Amino acid sequence: MPDGMNVDYDGLIPNNVDLASDARVKKALETWHPGYIDWWKDMGPDGFQEALVYLRTAVSVDPKGWAKFDYVRMPEYKWGILLAPRVEGRLIGFGSHKGEPAWQEIPGEYRGMLRRLMVIQGDTEPASVEQQRHLGKTAPSLYDMRNLFQVNVEEGRHLWAMVYLLQKYLGKDGREEAEDLLRRRSGDADTPRMLGAFNETTPDWVSFFMFTFFTDRDGKMQLEALAQSGFDPLSRTCRFMLTEEAHHMFVGETGVQRIIERTCEAMKAAGIEDPGDTARIRALGVVDLPALQRKVNLHFSLTLDLFGSEVSTNAANAYNSGVKGRYREDKLDDDHRLLDSTYPVLRCRDGAIVQEAVPALSALNMRLRDDYVADCQGGVNRWNKVMEKAGIAFRLTLPHVAFNRRIGEFSAIEADPEGRVMDAGAWAANRDRWLPTGDDNLYVTGLMRPVDTAGAYASWIAPPKVGIDNKPGHFEYVKLWDA
Amino acid sequence: MSRIDFQTEPGRYRHWRLRFDGAVAELLMDVDPAAGLFEGYELKLNSYDLGVDIELSDAIQRLRFEHPEVGAVVLRSAKENVFCAGANIRMLGKATHGHKVNFCKFTNETRCSIEDATEHSGQTWICAVNGTAAGGGYELAVSCDSILLIDDRRSSVSLPETPLLAVLPGTGGLTRITDKRRVRRDRADVFCSTEEGVRGKRAVEWRLVDEVVPPSAWEARIRERADEAAARSDRPRAATGVALTPLTRRFTDDGVAYGFVTIACDRAAGRATVTVAAPAGPPPATLEAARSAGFWPLQAARELDDAILHLRANEPALGLLVLRTEGAAAQVLAHDAFLEAHQGDWFIREVRLYWKRLLKRIDMTSRSLVALVEPGSCFAGTLAELAFAADRSVMLDGARAGDNRPPAALALSPLNFGAYPMANGLTRLRARFWGEPDSVGAAQARIGAAIEAGEADALGLVTMVFDETDWDDEVRIMLEERASFSPDALTGMEANLRFVGPETMETRIFGRLTAWQNWIFQRANAVGETGALKLYGTGVQPSYDKARV
Ligand SMILES: [Fe+2]
Ligand SMILES: [Fe+2]
Repeated sequence: MPDGMNVDYDGLIPNNVDLASDARVKKALETWHPGYIDWWKDMGPDGFQEALVYLRTAVSVDPKGWAKFDYVRMPEYKWGILLAPRVEGRLIGFGSHKGEPAWQEIPGEYRGMLRRLMVIQGDTEPASVEQQRHLGKTAPSLYDMRNLFQVNVEEGRHLWAMVYLLQKYLGKDGREEAEDLLRRRSGDADTPRMLGAFNETTPDWVSFFMFTFFTDRDGKMQLEALAQSGFDPLSRTCRFMLTEEAHHMFVGETGVQRIIERTCEAMKAAGIEDPGDTARIRALGVVDLPALQRKVNLHFSLTLDLFGSEVSTNAANAYNSGVKGRYREDKLDDDHRLLDSTYPVLRCRDGAIVQEAVPALSALNMRLRDDYVADCQGGVNRWNKVMEKAGIAFRLTLPHVAFNRRIGEFSAIEADPEGRVMDAGAWAANRDRWLPTGDDNLYVTGLMRPVDTAGAYASWIAPPKVGIDNKPGHFEYVKLWDA
Repeated sequence: MSRIDFQTEPGRYRHWRLRFDGAVAELLMDVDPAAGLFEGYELKLNSYDLGVDIELSDAIQRLRFEHPEVGAVVLRSAKENVFCAGANIRMLGKATHGHKVNFCKFTNETRCSIEDATEHSGQTWICAVNGTAAGGGYELAVSCDSILLIDDRRSSVSLPETPLLAVLPGTGGLTRITDKRRVRRDRADVFCSTEEGVRGKRAVEWRLVDEVVPPSAWEARIRERADEAAARSDRPRAATGVALTPLTRRFTDDGVAYGFVTIACDRAAGRATVTVAAPAGPPPATLEAARSAGFWPLQAARELDDAILHLRANEPALGLLVLRTEGAAAQVLAHDAFLEAHQGDWFIREVRLYWKRLLKRIDMTSRSLVALVEPGSCFAGTLAELAFAADRSVMLDGARAGDNRPPAALALSPLNFGAYPMANGLTRLRARFWGEPDSVGAAQARIGAAIEAGEADALGLVTMVFDETDWDDEVRIMLEERASFSPDALTGMEANLRFVGPETMETRIFGRLTAWQNWIFQRANAVGETGALKLYGTGVQPSYDKARV
């Protein structure tokens, strides 16, 4: 087994970076640790700190077989520093340093840029834990509750991952940033998280699944781009985070899929053909598909804002300097410098949406967003298969990228989900057709009743096809009482 | 290229909004990305170009003249998470050197006028930085009397020019942080080389801002600060403002005609003659009657200001400005007396301060200035400052044959002895007589008198005196010679000679802007094909010639 693949659980902080022989960083992390635990107790899952949760913990960073499952109290979870194994002789794969050996230390000239990228990435990790902290109380099953907590502890570990990089490679500034990551709070008026979507609430489980499908997927795209970085420790960190992130995508995608399955099943059993027959469908205690579409519209558009401006100098700088690549840069077949190529970008010109060829370097946010949309579309297609199989005449679609935007080209205009530009009055008049209504929210909130009997599921969601760690259907994923 | 127009009014603003609430006004920056002055760049993130600053300058003027009730102005951004990203870099990358220099000069004059309003007009400017304030955006904040920074753990102030753009925080940023905000110089060094800037407590500790305020207390604290400042103001709450009505201007191929000011261009000779006319009659009988845009000192100042700005921006090849006046010196002096008698009035104070700033603008204009003092001219009091601002003044001795007007005369008023200090803090006469302080007193003793050529020469008030026999030839040769010199050498020489004596923050700002920034703007490291300004936004790193100069 290559060096650094096994995790050292002997010290306070599990790691595969030989923390034991790095006194400075060890001390910094041990100083930061109590604050983290305080943060987890204050802002982590509300009401379940004593519950025994069947969680996976990494024991090795070997992509096959890295996890071990067991019951854990969340505050005792083994958060640690895990990096994908070092690839000997790794070269920078893109930008002006292409072909040079990957950096093992931060080059001084890119210090600010790397710091900014790591802080922004780091800030999203605890943010989602904060956003989701009340959901345990309305979990539709112990299985789902366990998945929520698994996502939560892993987001906590992702925070550790960024904090390690900040503390190891950015000295005093890095330690200050690490402290600030614990001080900001999602949605707080005075100390909000850095990005808009991470200050929205996640009020119910439908939102949670949408969030993990759409917003965690933005995290995945960002991690994929950073995994290409010429700064090797960042690349290795992100590569390992991606293995965890895959589970978050799974939770989101199967969560929505199970809602759809349940709705289709209930509609068929009741002989309802029209997906828009809201009153009758809701009387069955399931989520009607048009309401689901409105949730899709909301979460997709909020998440697109996370990609920043379509045409961006920062993105260009980060690429050219070898700090942040494209999605799957190593699989792309071009010169990996992009100095002379262009990329088509949708822009807003005199109130109309037009396509323009923009220098490819400046269009990297747009490119990553396009890759993201394609990735989302795959999941949406799988959802639609469920309805097709069930014979329900409804299909979910992703709204146009100009719909409901606050950042970038389209923040200045209003467009409907098909991308037709309209004035603010017309948009407002139709808003309730496109985005979750007060009624939708009331109805969905009403469905959110906890189900905490092992093997039982709420009325609005189908059971999963297979259990976690291949456990049987009645398995008690969370032991609430006998802690 | 179309003419850059310095006249605007709030109804036409594309980038700013004014809000009024009693003694507090808010000026909101909301730059329209699509409304740049030129093609080829977008004004993203509240970045600015000259067009944005022209509106700002207009807003400052209107706040002073049209709003006597306003004692505090809150400058803030209407955009979320960004205060102002500074001068637009793509615009700078594309602009000619001349445009960049003019742009920086004008923006600096505008920032100085904010400082002047706080210091002298009883209108205290408070900056509410709600979002990132970078580069020129932070400089704008620093031109205010105090800076509040929202403490949302992301908003920061920065001067990232050196690491990011290979130029200086050049509109006075460097000088203002050390001289005005008194930031310790080693901290300033750290601050100016840190791209992401400084936020929160450290920003206060380093004196980069005055106060950080949590978002929940933000609006209330701004209002509190503004109310405190407004309460200290001596401006009359109940007074009615004076509307700055549109100037009457007629542009032709050969010049511009205003009410009291004309510009006549002689392109072949590379010069423009700027003539200012005296008021047609005596000053108004009462202060009340004076309060209008038609009050001669105000109208003439607005016209001359516009004329100078027009020449700077649109007529770069006219390197020589011939300054003339015409009309009754007695009426000019009568108006000066009126300005002196009512100097305690808010409006008259504004008019005097306006002339002060206008004359500074003329001092700062990189054109050769020659004043011709001829029969029929009225270089008296306030208008005599034009002769003192000039690099040379030439006076005709006696009368011309067939001209029955009295011989040319200069006249002085009390306003020449304190109302219009230059950037270096000196009156133009004190600067003129820097090596002979007694000459100031000698001139002062002649306040009100018609000082003809012989005496003017003896008092040292003019450079040269010629009688009719020599006048035409001497003047022609002098102007032709001037126009033949290197414009760069002239600009440098004139700027050196105009500002004698002490340095002030203002002279340091303009001097260093001229010396350092304009040098850097010429260097390949900034503007060459692989320079930072040229490559900004492409993602490609600049490559520098590392040799120190
Ligand atoms: Fe994550
Ligand atoms: Fe995640």
